[in-house]
Amino acid sequence: MTTTADPKTAVPLVRLTDAGKNYGNIIALQGVTLEVGGSEVTCVLGDNGAGKSTLIKIIAGLHQHTHGTYEVEGEDVRFASPREALDRGIATVYQDLAVVPLMPVWRNFFLGNEIRKGPAMDIAAMRRTAKQELLDMGIDLRDVDQPIGTLSGGERQCVAIARAVHFGAKVLILDEPTAALGVKQSGVVLRYIIQAKERGLGVIFITHNPHHAYPVGDRFLILKRGRSLGYWKKDEVSMAELTGLMAGGSELEELTHELEQAGGEGSGLREVAQVFGQEVAELHVAELGAGRTPPSEGSDTRQGPTEP
Amino acid sequence: MSQTVDVGTPPAPARDERVARKSPLARLMTRPEIGALAGAIVIYLIFFIVAPPFRDANALASVLYVSSTYGIPAVAVALLMIGGEFDLSAGVAVTSSALVASMISYQLSANMFVGVLVALVVALAIGFINGYLVVKTGIPSFLVTLGTFFMLRGLNLAVTKIVTGNVGTNDVSDIAGFGMAKNIFASEFNVGGVNIRITLLWWIVFIAIATWVLVRTHVGNWIFAVGGSAPSSRAVGVPVNKVKIGLFMTVGFMAWFTGMHILFAFNTVQSGLGLGNEFIYIVAAVVGGCLLTGGYGSVIGAAIGAFIFGMANQGIVYAGWNPDWFFFFLGALLLGAILLNNFIRSRAEASR
Repeated sequence: MTTTADPKTAVPLVRLTDAGKNYGNIIALQGVTLEVGGSEVTCVLGDNGAGKSTLIKIIAGLHQHTHGTYEVEGEDVRFASPREALDRGIATVYQDLAVVPLMPVWRNFFLGNEIRKGPAMDIAAMRRTAKQELLDMGIDLRDVDQPIGTLSGGERQCVAIARAVHFGAKVLILDEPTAALGVKQSGVVLRYIIQAKERGLGVIFITHNPHHAYPVGDRFLILKRGRSLGYWKKDEVSMAELTGLMAGGSELEELTHELEQAGGEGSGLREVAQVFGQEVAELHVAELGAGRTPPSEGSDTRQGPTEP
Repeated sequence: MSQTVDVGTPPAPARDERVARKSPLARLMTRPEIGALAGAIVIYLIFFIVAPPFRDANALASVLYVSSTYGIPAVAVALLMIGGEFDLSAGVAVTSSALVASMISYQLSANMFVGVLVALVVALAIGFINGYLVVKTGIPSFLVTLGTFFMLRGLNLAVTKIVTGNVGTNDVSDIAGFGMAKNIFASEFNVGGVNIRITLLWWIVFIAIATWVLVRTHVGNWIFAVGGSAPSSRAVGVPVNKVKIGLFMTVGFMAWFTGMHILFAFNTVQSGLGLGNEFIYIVAAVVGGCLLTGGYGSVIGAAIGAFIFGMANQGIVYAGWNPDWFFFFLGALLLGAILLNNFIRSRAEASR
């Protein structure tokens, strides 16, 4: 356990400045600026296809950025492999969690980093450590010998996070950790995010759910169609604004319209459309009230305020 | 998918009592080889009852001998299957090894061990090529090794005919070093009136080593992992390709060993030998609880699977049944063993 990262260091653990990525002539990501320091949670929000995966892959070392800069603790980097990123303390917990379902929890926990004693593994120590580390994260497993596939989605997520923390991660990248989870399980995962933050780690939390992002996040980056739509600190943005920006107000209006048209006389759909329209209107009011650019036509091509 | 986490309220210190509640029997029931073990006991009892000669200790030794000749390659095939891959070329690779050793030593008039070592290199190379093609092309190992299976089959016959002008190799029993090689690979000895073949001892050694590697070492951890989920393993830094190639080469090694046994037990090798044996190795592994999809299984299970095959093979003879029906019985036995295996496993998982 070597997470002694200075909270609020002057130099952020990870900083991207105007970073972008082209795949040939396809612009997958453009003009993204983001930073995360110790004891901070930076949330990356965006719908499907917004470029979140590309962003993660750049930070995690799976792909390299083609524009801008990527700094780790103030040092310009370009990772050739996830292993290099890992060596710099940047650990990624992917959506599929990189666990092997049929293997026991402790074997998964140490996979690729087994404790060795001579030619064999120190199984007792590995069992003990896995159990203790999970306990420290507040997960009390009945039996670390059970296959990890028998755990619930939230528990598996937490094992993956605990594993990354144990192996010296300074920055955790969590790829949609709450996407497939129920309300309660999501809450559990959010608690671990806060716990990781309290232990001094920087967390990059990728999600498409502002309701999950807002309570735990310190900074928020919204991506849309491969571009940054804006980057805010928590005191500069409200939950309602985030939600509105996420969905894109104009598109919501269109959807309302469509729902109205689809719903025939006496159909329940019409009612849904009305409620929906009302909510969209409220979102607009909230945005205007906060003095932000209303997400109007073409908002997806305009750069939001990146340096608040 | 039971909720086993106590979030928030830290429970009382005596939390490990929850583990102790699982009885040793319940633990045993979750082992991959338990179905095979039950099947082996049932089949043994059947033959014990219907075939009086089967009860003799020498009959058991004979069953164990036959089992070991299939069980030795099955050790490696089981490891490979746990690692998520197949090798259909293992059966003919046995013959290839024996042919290479025999022809090299005979044609070059070299010491027997020259042939033995060259054969080892060839067998490992076959394993390496199989593994390399699988990991580099991403083509399923079923297809890659099906290809090498046919290629080896053709090579076995064609090269043997070119070299010896015959479909079999010449007798190597006069070559220097033959006696010693025979002692290593194909000797037999007497223990209390029971004739034991050395392959049985080698089989036990290989099972012990493979089980130790699989369960106790990090390499074993990686074997389970690459079979269970190769992308996940890669993401946490497991050298997936090396592990898989290593497993294919282990199969090559075991094929070589079996080939050497055949050569020194019979002095000559027929080039058409070994066809179909690859399925018996795979079947032994599957009956022993290895999942076809990888990531789960045991070497001991594969050994029990090979033992079941050996019992069926010899038991039918001892029982005086018409050997024409052998493969029918074998198939039925295997199907029964697999069904039993599945039944027990699903019950074991339900009781978790």
